[in-house]
Amino acid sequence: MSKFFALIGSYFLLMRKVFTKPDRFSETWKQFVIELEKVGVLSVPLVAIVSIFIGAVITLQTSYNLTSPFIPKMYVGYMTRETMLLEFSSTMIALILAGKIGSSIASEIGTMRITEQIDAMEIMGVNSANYLILPKICAATIFNPLLTLLSFSIGLLGGWLIVTITGVVMPEQYEEGIRYAFQPYYVVYAIIKMAVFNFIITSVSAFYGYYAKGGSRDVGRAATNGIVNCSLCILISNLILTHVLL
Amino acid sequence: MIKVNHLYKSFDGRLVLEDVSVVFDACKTNLIIGASGSGKTVLLKSLVGLHDADSGEIWFDDIQYNTLSFAGKKKMRQKVGLLFQSSALFDFATVEENIMFPMNMFTGWSRAEKLERVNFCLQRVRLENVNHLYPSALSGGMQKRVGIARAIALNPRYLFCDEPNSGLDPRTSIVIDELIHEITHEFGMTTIINTHDMNSVLEIGEKVIFIYEGKKCWEGANNEILRTDNAELNRFVFASKMAQQLRIKN
Ligand SMILES: Nc1ncnc2c1ncn2[C@@H]1O[C@H](COP(=O)(O)OP(=O)(O)OP(=O)(O)O)[C@@H](O)[C@H]1O
Ligand SMILES: [Mg+2]
Repeated sequence: MSKFFALIGSYFLLMRKVFTKPDRFSETWKQFVIELEKVGVLSVPLVAIVSIFIGAVITLQTSYNLTSPFIPKMYVGYMTRETMLLEFSSTMIALILAGKIGSSIASEIGTMRITEQIDAMEIMGVNSANYLILPKICAATIFNPLLTLLSFSIGLLGGWLIVTITGVVMPEQYEEGIRYAFQPYYVVYAIIKMAVFNFIITSVSAFYGYYAKGGSRDVGRAATNGIVNCSLCILISNLILTHVLL
Repeated sequence: MIKVNHLYKSFDGRLVLEDVSVVFDACKTNLIIGASGSGKTVLLKSLVGLHDADSGEIWFDDIQYNTLSFAGKKKMRQKVGLLFQSSALFDFATVEENIMFPMNMFTGWSRAEKLERVNFCLQRVRLENVNHLYPSALSGGMQKRVGIARAIALNPRYLFCDEPNSGLDPRTSIVIDELIHEITHEFGMTTIINTHDMNSVLEIGEKVIFIYEGKKCWEGANNEILRTDNAELNRFVFASKMAQQLRIKN
């Protein structure tokens, strides 16, 4: 138990080191742009592929289960939209990203730690936590909510494609369902969730990498611990955010 | 000048440095010698604060370094250059970017000025046409030399080198030794070098301290080292049978 609190404590101590004024704003900005590509833009294909398939599958499953003649067929579109927006495009995508960018951040920073590159930075008088971690956190937290919007739109597109191809419901019914009782606030909710999740992914995995010690096996372990704990934190904060925001 | 008073350092209860007290003079190349595993690297890292000493004082001129706050240490460290035993080059950056890194962080120089300085440093460690290579494409000795170039990029006041010429051929070793010696005098640096290369000791050991099993066992200058009657040091210096026989003959 005391180990758990020590862990939480050192996480917040690291965050205090991360969130200070950069030594050189222009250098941090340069890193930020690089990270935008690494943690954000390069995740676009993965997010797009996963979303189009899941959108299609949700649509199919809902239409197979809506057998009652009293429920209008447009509910298929409605259900797809709500599922994508409320959970899939934020929480599930975040869990997928935890695997993708979380492991790469933890192993990148962990390798820098055990090969003394972080020490080399510190000894120059550079705040290594700030220089290495802040751009990653900012890039993911600012950019990746756009991935939620992308995933949402592509998921709906996936659903539309599948109803057009298979004809399980009429495309017009599907489109009507998508527009039915739309609450713009849910978009805000999904974006806030995604921003928080991405903060968690980058900061927690960076934390495990930053305090890695030993050899290559320990870097691997740091990456694994990073992903597992990111995922746990995402699930817990999902619960809290849903309770607070909805 | 760097002064160390009663420094102790242990790892998990195992004492690695025991009551080390020593003064490293400015404008001199101070050498720390000792067998492998005797604690040279730990001493060097404790001096710069990469290891927290268990007890003892470390003074950088008239500032007590080991009690400084994070911000205070950060400020001091801009005057420190350090070459790691493993070179510790940034693997995400080319040779040029590695050497430019401290300049980017702490100077307002233009790109041309930085480039000029980079090329100057590279030339001093006898490297050419490697600007755009990544560290993984360099040999061990070349990495070491880039490490030195990075350490001296901003003309540090305090220069620490952990085995600057291990892995270098005898001639390049001498070039590096002479370079370090030269800039130490030119800029009045306090330079501390870990080594077990007797050539360097005899060549540039203006002040030599000998570490044996974590304790300072001898100190003096290079011209005294061959005549000392310290048993441990003799065993270190005259390691080979042949050297021992030559010594007895003389
Ligand atoms: N991070 C660490 N954790 C635990 N023990 C350590 C650590 N670093 C060094 N040691 C121990 O401290 C002792 C001295 O090591 P050090 O690296 O200072 O030797 P050295 O004199 O630099 O040797 P070499 O010439 O081979 O580089 C060794 O016994 C080593 O096992
Ligand atoms: Mg060593």
